[in-house]
Amino acid sequence: MPDPIPMPTRFGSSGQPVTRRDGVAKVTGAATFAADNHPNGLLHAVYVPATIARGRVVSMDVAAARAHPGVVEVYTPDNSLKLAGDPDAKPFMFAFRMHVLQTDRIAYANQPIALVVAETIEAANEGARLLAPVYEAETPRVTLDDAEGYKPEAAGFGAAETVHGDVEAGHAAAAKSVDLTYETPSQYHNAMETHAVVAEWDGDRLTLDLPNQAIVMSKAAYGYYFGIPPQNVLIRSPYLGGGFGSKAMSHAPVMLAIAAARAIGRPVKLMLRRDQMFGPVGHRGATRQHIRIGIDGDARMTVLDHHSLSATSTFDDFIEPAANASQGLYDAGALRSSHTGVRLDVGTPGPMRAPGEASGSAVLECAMDEMAEAAGMDPLEFRLKNYAETEPGTGKPYSSKALRECYAQGAEHFGWAGRPLEAGTMRDEAGMLVGWGMGTALFHAPMFAAEARATLRPDGTGLVETGAADMGQGAWTALAQIAADALGLPLDKVEFRAGTSDLPDGGVAGGSGHTATAGGALHSAGMDAIARLAEIATADPASPLHGAGNATIVARDGRLVVEGDEERGEDFATIIARAGGEAVVGTGGASRPPEAGAAHAMYAHGAVFAEVKVDPELYQMRVTRLVGAFAAGRIINPKLAESQLYGGMIWGLSFALHEEARHDRRTGRIVNGDLAGYHVPVNADVTGFDVITVHEDDPYVNALGIKGVGEIGITGTVGAIANAIRHATGTRVRRFPIRIEDLLAGG
Amino acid sequence: MRAFDYTRPASIEEAVAAWTPGAAYLGGGTNLVDLMKTGAMGPAKLIDLTCLPGLDAIEVKGDGSTRIGALVRNSDLAHNRDFAARFPMVAEAILAGASAQLRNAATVGGNLVQHTRCPFFQDGISACNRRDPGIGCDAIGGDTGSMAVLGWSQSCIATHPSDFAVPLAALDAVIEIAGPNGSREVPMAEFHRLPGDTPEKETALEPGEIVTAIRLPAEAAAFAAHSRYLKLRERTSFAFALVSAAAALVIEDGRIAAARLALGAVAAKPWRVAGAEALMVGEPPSPELFARAATAAMEGAMPSGDNAHKIELARRTAARALARAAAGTPAEMPALPASVFGDPAHA
Ligand SMILES: Cc1cc2nc3c(=O)[nH]c(=O)nc-3n(C[C@H](O)[C@H](O)[C@H](O)COP(=O)(O)OP(=O)(O)OC[C@H]3O[C@@H](n4cnc5c(N)ncnc54)[C@H](O)[C@@H]3O)c2cc1C
Repeated sequence: MPDPIPMPTRFGSSGQPVTRRDGVAKVTGAATFAADNHPNGLLHAVYVPATIARGRVVSMDVAAARAHPGVVEVYTPDNSLKLAGDPDAKPFMFAFRMHVLQTDRIAYANQPIALVVAETIEAANEGARLLAPVYEAETPRVTLDDAEGYKPEAAGFGAAETVHGDVEAGHAAAAKSVDLTYETPSQYHNAMETHAVVAEWDGDRLTLDLPNQAIVMSKAAYGYYFGIPPQNVLIRSPYLGGGFGSKAMSHAPVMLAIAAARAIGRPVKLMLRRDQMFGPVGHRGATRQHIRIGIDGDARMTVLDHHSLSATSTFDDFIEPAANASQGLYDAGALRSSHTGVRLDVGTPGPMRAPGEASGSAVLECAMDEMAEAAGMDPLEFRLKNYAETEPGTGKPYSSKALRECYAQGAEHFGWAGRPLEAGTMRDEAGMLVGWGMGTALFHAPMFAAEARATLRPDGTGLVETGAADMGQGAWTALAQIAADALGLPLDKVEFRAGTSDLPDGGVAGGSGHTATAGGALHSAGMDAIARLAEIATADPASPLHGAGNATIVARDGRLVVEGDEERGEDFATIIARAGGEAVVGTGGASRPPEAGAAHAMYAHGAVFAEVKVDPELYQMRVTRLVGAFAAGRIINPKLAESQLYGGMIWGLSFALHEEARHDRRTGRIVNGDLAGYHVPVNADVTGFDVITVHEDDPYVNALGIKGVGEIGITGTVGAIANAIRHATGTRVRRFPIRIEDLLAGG
Repeated sequence: MRAFDYTRPASIEEAVAAWTPGAAYLGGGTNLVDLMKTGAMGPAKLIDLTCLPGLDAIEVKGDGSTRIGALVRNSDLAHNRDFAARFPMVAEAILAGASAQLRNAATVGGNLVQHTRCPFFQDGISACNRRDPGIGCDAIGGDTGSMAVLGWSQSCIATHPSDFAVPLAALDAVIEIAGPNGSREVPMAEFHRLPGDTPEKETALEPGEIVTAIRLPAEAAAFAAHSRYLKLRERTSFAFALVSAAAALVIEDGRIAAARLALGAVAAKPWRVAGAEALMVGEPPSPELFARAATAAMEGAMPSGDNAHKIELARRTAARALARAAAGTPAEMPALPASVFGDPAHA
């Protein structure tokens, strides 16, 4: 086992609940989002969405659209914008196949079938309307039963099938078992800021104002598609109004706008309308999950066997890796996660906040509840009975796992101990049915790769740079806190530059790994700058640090001092001035060495407890309390971390009770494709939330001991709420979202 | 969005004179402008009513009736203390609708005249007899969760979405109208229309007519002590009704002296059945009585698709609204108006 990575830094800024630094700019409207940019000569583009899901476009009235005053150009498959890179190839990890007018075939509703570019947005919209496409429609396949399944090569970004132990023997050994089928609907990210771009060309140089979760990495993608070197692409993405996984990759409407800007020779802006978010920019695909659990006479799990039938498009392969959520958590004798894909006439699904974990955990945690009930056990006791001390299947030790403490603190705070086993026995003073349910939260703790630069300026202040992305999660603040600590400077003496692609690669803001990764890079760059400065000081006979030896020198409040003898030291500016006044630049990177990943299983954990109230006749439901206790390594900024965890729990509530895109089976269109019809919780739904962060030191996960908090809040929560509804009403609903009519039918 | 003319008349006469076929009146625009964006409506001319003088007052007239100008904003009406004290379920219904921002912008005239939320009407693409008479109805055989279970026809199964209209119907409101042929009044019961063969005729308004005011008769205030609006919905706030009910009673010496009951989101108009109200008169309030009244109110209900659950839910909602009304109007507006969770125990 390798040694734990030493943690030499004293944490000053980090650990503090600093308010987000960009908050005021955002609430006053001063923050500039992509579509707020108006370069000279700007044209406006709108894409024309297909209104059928399968078939072809027979004709469009291009002449009428072109004739409309203000319309500059109309692109259709007849005069399509040719890309240098093949939109049907998948040359890199986040490449999804795109419909950029290369065909008149329609593979999903809202697929781009034309692009209209005009002097004003109004003219572009009217031009789009005048196209009045005529279709040859075919019967769309939009439900999981509409097509045959196929064996996928991968599920999400992971394996399609994972087996540990003898699954059949596990089934055979079961004294009791449950065999259940659950369904989850398709869901759409719908970040507050819809996808948008302002594209401007200068010869073969491209500048994009573009909300983006993988800012530096995306240069290569746009370079590929447009046949220019990556370094010719500049992406500016200082703020994102939410990403949730959909803003890490290139999408067809954006590609078309960029291509049009090049073809016309003027900057072009495109911003999706809300209804256009339902199709071309990814979503969480629908699943039908079959899950079987067996237990022996002592309620120990002999098998956990989880299969997901997951929808994807007819032209690409991403499927929701739901069954993989059953890996890593419970100590089952045998463990299988497997997937079948089904090709439907829908846009290609993609990663949506907790891809796989959200829908898989929902079903796993419900199934655990059903198993506990069948065993006559308290659901928490049943989970503790099957607590995994090492990673199930692999036997790897966990790098850290404070799940027991999460269960204990969450249960204590919630008051779980008083829960009656039997369903339908609790009422409040107004006669509402009351139910309590719980679920375990689990999310892997990944690291990607990032680089950073830290500069100590002659005036003693710091400048730290990395192309990180702030999707609203607070990266601008938390990453600056990490950097300030590494430089031994207070936060207000550190300038933080991020959000553009001409900076060192900040990695992907996704997978709940951004703080660990970009933060790790900033930390190491800061440490490098301090080491260089220390070298200068210790070599300088005029410095009180002369000859002190690098190893003992640390940075504190803008000074280098000898550890344990802080009187002996000198401030940064003085050291730099004597050395000739040149800024000292450090660089650093972060990633997880493969050996570290092989030695330990790394996850964040949590326990979520829900109370719901349900009207006994009308069946309207309300979550009245939701307590989540999470152990996610070192918390850099408690305020921001809690806000992420709350956000995840709200998302879980949304999954349990609200979100569902409903397809018209005849046309394949989504009938509730706007925010009046596609429900997410409103403030009145979000009451009685409590987040507890459980202390956890993790010496293995990375130098800073950071796990992620961005997605874990969803996991556990969906199941906790569904289980609470079952506990309140006695009715078990095995499809999401749970609706009033489902309880009416069950009651 | 199609290009359109815009005018802002300074008087009702000017507004009516400005009307030409294909023009539309503009209130707060919270419904009309959305429909213009989807292409469901494409008026050639917008006649902005919001600057018309004299239409933004709430007045009690000499005969005891209350007149609400058509331009009064939804929030201003709901938060008017005198009004809310006399017509608590009207205020409760308004506060149960949309969001605070929308209620601030929306006018009461626009609220009444607002169009159905049927997705096949709203999308501007599907076949819809309301938009294009005779073309067909794609709602039939589609997603029918929000569709009618009463009074629908083979040409249209849409519902009227207004919460506000439901208690107005229960209280026998009268709609004041001005138009090319002068002024007239229409009782609320006749204002919204069932689709029949002419679903495009959504209201009693003739081309060019404007709603100028809504009048509540003096008798309507008699229900103040026992009136509630109850709205069943898929989230706690900011959702259209799955079903709703406005219930108002006059209780004298332990017996019901007068009863009103109107249901929302079950038909193309607020649904009132005289017999359901009559059977309660003279009886002491009881759950059995309210269940009978609710059943009578839903008589003849038929699913228009996969929405049979709405029939049972509407019955239960009506019975519950009556029970709440019998229990008495709360002294303060509940924190969650018209909510299942609006009882003081949940505040
Ligand atoms: C997201 C969302 C949620 C909503 N939720 C609810 C809800 O839960 N409950 C609910 O009841 N409502 C709800 N609404 C609808 C809202 O109440 C209406 O949009 C609003 O009341 C319309 O008023 P307005 O003044 O904006 O009308 P406008 O949009 O200006 O007009 C609507 C229609 O009425 C006509 N019109 C307007 N004024 C007059 C007049 N004086 N005379 C004749 N015709 C006129 C217009 O020509 C147009 O056809 C919601 C709306 C939205 C967008």
